[in-house]
Amino acid sequence: MKYTQGSYPIVEKSAIAQDTFSFTLLCPEVAKIAQAGQFVHILPKGYGLRRPISIAGIDPEAGTLRLVFAIRGKGTDALAGLNQGDYMDMIAPLGHGFTLMPEAQHVVLVGGGIGVPPMLPLARYYGSRATAISGFRSFPQVILQEDLEALGAQTICCTEDGSAGAVKGFVTTPLEQLLSEGVDAVYACGPTPMLMAVADVCLRTGTYCEISLEERMACGVGACLGCACKTKNENGEEQFLHVCKNGPVFKAEEVQW
Amino acid sequence: MADLSVNICGVEFKNPIIPASGVFGYGREYEEFYPLSKLGGIATKGTTGAKRTGNIAPRIAETPAGMLNSVGLQNPGIDAFIEKELPNLLTKDTVILANIAGATAEECAEVAAKLEQTDVHMIELNISCPNVKQGGAAFGTSCDMAAQVTSAVRKATTKPLVVKLSPNVTSITDIAKAVEAAGADAVSLINTLLGMRIDIRKRRPILHNNVGGLSGPAIFPVAVRMVWQVANAVNIPIIGMGGVTTGEDAIELMEAGASAVQVGMACFTDPFAPIKIIEGMNDFLDEQGISSVRDIVGTVQPW
Repeated sequence: MKYTQGSYPIVEKSAIAQDTFSFTLLCPEVAKIAQAGQFVHILPKGYGLRRPISIAGIDPEAGTLRLVFAIRGKGTDALAGLNQGDYMDMIAPLGHGFTLMPEAQHVVLVGGGIGVPPMLPLARYYGSRATAISGFRSFPQVILQEDLEALGAQTICCTEDGSAGAVKGFVTTPLEQLLSEGVDAVYACGPTPMLMAVADVCLRTGTYCEISLEERMACGVGACLGCACKTKNENGEEQFLHVCKNGPVFKAEEVQW
Repeated sequence: MADLSVNICGVEFKNPIIPASGVFGYGREYEEFYPLSKLGGIATKGTTGAKRTGNIAPRIAETPAGMLNSVGLQNPGIDAFIEKELPNLLTKDTVILANIAGATAEECAEVAAKLEQTDVHMIELNISCPNVKQGGAAFGTSCDMAAQVTSAVRKATTKPLVVKLSPNVTSITDIAKAVEAAGADAVSLINTLLGMRIDIRKRRPILHNNVGGLSGPAIFPVAVRMVWQVANAVNIPIIGMGGVTTGEDAIELMEAGASAVQVGMACFTDPFAPIKIIEGMNDFLDEQGISSVRDIVGTVQPW
């Protein structure tokens, strides 16, 4: 089985920041095979299209998946209204996740806003070998710093207005400093301007970098070709790949912005 | 258990349900969910002569009870389709309708001529794609152009030829009659309705192509109306589509005059939609004591 569709019970729900929620679903067959960087496709009741949501936690022993998402519109608002005991209609696990490197000594996880959740499974894998740089607009949006620390990662929290965290400004400032000390890989997820900046600094310093993209999608499995992403292959040819099937994780040098 | 089999242009379908072109790729992704042999047929992703890269994203926008798409016929080209996808599809024990498109009548004919050399069961000629600049919609909105491209493809193939019609016209019956006269063995309708959404804060269309094709339950009543009108205007079979979500919807399109039904957006909402629609049709027929789905085609009695 690569992926499956089912209705799965919510075993835990909490509000973790302004308009941002954490859900834990009991879905043993998905938890058994899900990989860091993959996503799930959830149908809000009464809507025609599903919402792609990144996987924020995989517990194969407990058979659970953790999802963290922010209310972005009516669909995610409807999903946020679900409670413990309710069911989520989900296709999962989907997409091509992050490449894990058993030999890596030091990796950097760069999350921007609601791009922080997919960094958690990486933090779980790398533990103290990971430094997690998280960027937020302001204090009310800050999420998951304790979770990253509990998994062993060093955390650097940045806010644009300086209202929380050690750094006032963007994630690229602490990132450049870490890269100058030598880093085996950088993984990033967040808003496009942040991803462009992270990809740029990694390409400039010759650091291996993978980024997770977001795009409006329909099927979620690679059939409809809705979520196109312009990429360049090894021969320098431009082509459209698809965020749902070829991604959401791409090598930074592949993506044509 | 009712008899769900139908026969269109001499091709036997085990049931009338066909995932529509563009939603189902070449079937590989949905085979993860269920065997493709459960389907009446599969209309494959629209294929052109040469490879097409498609439009820049965003290509998808959700709308009330529907969605817009502007994929722009992204496909690997007919040679890659015949070499890499068709042989696999032909082993799936379901009818394969190869959906084809082109910028010119010559391109459409060349694609059809290549398919003529294969074992594909039917050709569905798309003269109605709203998302490409040349060909596509331009063919589908004029009777002369529609007849010309149909006739060019007709000369290139002996396969059963289904022509897929655009709803973005003043009179779909005129276009249907024109393609019938030009040699179409059947028509399929409706393709998407041209639509647009705007992000009011950015003052930008949501779709990078600005406009796109509207599908989903929102267009179902338009599909029922057009299938009914075309059924009263031509003597060739109709494959109906447009917002079909349930078994009852499929029955409704068949009562309006369709001999088979394609399913589009519903596959995105629920990948099992085609299977549930087949089951729902069977339940309806059993409940009504109707032994064959063929007995309901075109049975609506207008006031």
